Amino acid sequence: MGYRARLRVWRGDADSGELRDYEVDAEEGEVVLDLLHRLQATQCPDLAVRWNCKAGKCGSCSAEVNGRPRLTCMTRLSLFDTDETITVTPMRAFPVIKDLVCDVSYNYVKAREVPAFSPPEGLEPGEYRMQQRDVERSQEFRKCIECFLCQDTCHVIRDHSENKEAFSGPRFLMRVAELEMHPLDSHQEKGGDRPEEARGDHGLGLCNITKCCTEVCPEHIGITDNALIPLKERLADRRYDPLTMLFRRKRS
Amino acid sequence: MAEIESHDYDVIVIGAGGAGLRAAIEARSRGLRTAVLCKSLFGKAHTVMAEGGIAAAMGNVNSGDDWQVHFRDTMRGGKFLNNWRMAELHATEAPQRVWELETYGALFDRTADGRISQRNFGGHEYPRLAHVGDRTGLELIRTLQQQVVSLQQSDHAEHGDYEAGLRVFAEFTVTDLLLDDDRIAGTLGYWRENGRFVRLRAPAVVLATGGIGKSFKVTSNSWEYTGDGHALALRAGARLINMEFVQFHPTGMVWPPSVKGILVTESVRGDGGVLRDASGRRFMFDYIPEVFKESYADSPEEADRWYSDPDNNRRPPELLPRDEVARAINNEVKEGRGTPHGGVYLDVASRLSTEEIMRRLPSMHHQFKELADVDITSERMEVGPTCHYVMGGVEVDPDTAASSVPGLFAAGEVAGGMHGSNRLGGNSLSDLLVFGRRAGAGAAEHVAAARHAHPDVSEEVVTEAVNSALAPFEVTDARGQENPYSLQAELQQVMNRLVGIIRDGAEMCAALEQLAEIKQRAARLAVPEGNRHFNPGWHLALDLRNMLVVSECVAAAALRRTESRGGHTRDDHPGMNPKWRGTLLGCELRDGSIEITEHEQPPMREDLLRLFSLEELGKYFTEEELAVVRTPS
Repeated sequence: MGYRARLRVWRGDADSGELRDYEVDAEEGEVVLDLLHRLQATQCPDLAVRWNCKAGKCGSCSAEVNGRPRLTCMTRLSLFDTDETITVTPMRAFPVIKDLVCDVSYNYVKAREVPAFSPPEGLEPGEYRMQQRDVERSQEFRKCIECFLCQDTCHVIRDHSENKEAFSGPRFLMRVAELEMHPLDSHQEKGGDRPEEARGDHGLGLCNITKCCTEVCPEHIGITDNALIPLKERLADRRYDPLTMLFRRKRS
Repeated sequence: MAEIESHDYDVIVIGAGGAGLRAAIEARSRGLRTAVLCKSLFGKAHTVMAEGGIAAAMGNVNSGDDWQVHFRDTMRGGKFLNNWRMAELHATEAPQRVWELETYGALFDRTADGRISQRNFGGHEYPRLAHVGDRTGLELIRTLQQQVVSLQQSDHAEHGDYEAGLRVFAEFTVTDLLLDDDRIAGTLGYWRENGRFVRLRAPAVVLATGGIGKSFKVTSNSWEYTGDGHALALRAGARLINMEFVQFHPTGMVWPPSVKGILVTESVRGDGGVLRDASGRRFMFDYIPEVFKESYADSPEEADRWYSDPDNNRRPPELLPRDEVARAINNEVKEGRGTPHGGVYLDVASRLSTEEIMRRLPSMHHQFKELADVDITSERMEVGPTCHYVMGGVEVDPDTAASSVPGLFAAGEVAGGMHGSNRLGGNSLSDLLVFGRRAGAGAAEHVAAARHAHPDVSEEVVTEAVNSALAPFEVTDARGQENPYSLQAELQQVMNRLVGIIRDGAEMCAALEQLAEIKQRAARLAVPEGNRHFNPGWHLALDLRNMLVVSECVAAAALRRTESRGGHTRDDHPGMNPKWRGTLLGCELRDGSIEITEHEQPPMREDLLRLFSLEELGKYFTEEELAVVRTPS
């Protein structure tokens, strides 16, 4: 059932670029990344594309397919009509390096700003005990493959790079939530306060829970409901607790 | 030549998978300035693809487990060709390496009493694999990545610079190891983003580059697996061993064609899944080899009882080591009992409830649903062998991971010896951690000893290496140009067809001829379009040089070993020969060609030999080798 697929791909670099039209052979069961690879092998040997596992596990091949943030390795051609033009563009929230490859260093900068897991005092390796139900919440967030599609789609930064300074994006707010819910994290005992850090250092307040991040997550992680909202609630409980408010007022 | 970007480090680690990151963490924790160089973005290494788990005899699920049992399983899995000292270190240290991950923040699945849960896997006598559903590799890579960040945060607190002690050079390809005389002096590489060259000076380099699977057409491996570390080591004068042993994982996807080769985790079988031919028959009972008859069930009834009563029943044959299962599937298909798409059925739907499947195998469910429109909770999967892992690699000292080249270390898949002729599932992730740490420590000790003699290289050596990497841009005569994509596809065909799962002398001679011809044409590899700015055509042209030399090693060593053992099956030499057990084949580069040499395997320590029954040893060892244990101690 092979056919000629119509592909429109953004070609260019940081300075300039354009959408170019291609026709490329397509076979049954293929995904958009297969077409990009065939394009490389037969027509555009210098087409820049990131990919690794081709099985939805590494989160390298993120791009926008017909405007929607997706992993190209998990986007099957059967989603489209055979005569439909499939448009592939780089993630819009990040600066382009070349073709479909973006500069995603913003994410690595933000990752460094989240204080790491703080191991509990007095427990040696091998002595950690946790119940399955207690680790499941953080485990859900650790399914994240760091494809950065949630970052790409988040309207706080998608067309507002000026917000990047103050806002770490859903991926790293979720990382804060993951550590906050880790049964043995001792950050708080050592004077840290993860919900407060999410607010002050990572811009949690800028998120107005439109759930776009959750919608594009290829791992179907409940980013908004399970990570961001509980983080906001923990903060609200604390900030608007009458006793704490009194305490804060006395201190200031 | 214009000034190129230069850096000085104590230790350079090439590769940012499990072994590379663990080595870097060790070197940095011992106070050394460390650089990690990786071809992909940080956190994307092939380790993320590992699904099933990390083998470590913690005894959390069955308290009968200990390092001796794990050691025995590993040696049996490798058909006793393993470097026994590596297998011993691996079995004794794996539990500590897993527990340590929890102190970095890892969250494994738990037992009812709150400890790390462990699952069954092929060739492992007890439930032994620490896991997180079927995404254990992701957990491992993320945990190590986050530990690197944690160390960088400490450096930032102390020096105001995240990268003061440990820096990751992402999307960076190493083209050459630089030598001062015969000692390591650093590396030359380039930023993939802009093609600019970088020289890094260091007295120690740890290779942690993974495997070679991309030289085969059907593979579970990603584009990065082009044998870079193997080739760098050869060119620096180190020796590779065991290159004839290539593991074909029994269960890769076979349909649709675009996903052919993608891994289907062994956990499906570990958790109860069974293999069936086209008529629905469980065929693995026909394929239990003599050496394993004692421990594997010979009827479905006994096999099924084993899941709830492992002490009084033998294991299901679906859980034989991978080489056995892969050959069985290959044979079923060859004899016409395969599925329409040339595989066999892997059935978990009739074995576990939908809830169990969703809980234990969520990523397999997702993968089949999204890529093949198959719902594994109600339908069978179609699977077949896929090139997965190379047992061969750089010959290293077991304790320090040092190669024969002063200052060069290797850990993980790029190192050879640990797994013998066949690796057990789950032993890879533990290998990465145990020997990654040892390589980091070995490198640190080497640097301490060489503190006052920082090796360096001449400008000419660097210029020559740069020119060689730029050569594909100089091939401008359109008539003689070779396209890297086409040449890679040809190489993959040759290796798959002629040096694949079942081998034969005449076919491998043909393979070597065809490889020689491809190698000749590779001298005219050209960059068909574009400049040095993120140009995959150029990157592939450089990777291909490595793929070619490593493929030659595999074919030449496979031709020399005239027996069948583990991941090396000869149609023309079907039996296992005890004389060959004691012989390792080495590959060295001499004047641009691969030379195969034979080396004696160091005899196993007596106390380790005594962990096995004489009867079992008699199946693998020669009489002379067993003389030492024939007399009671």
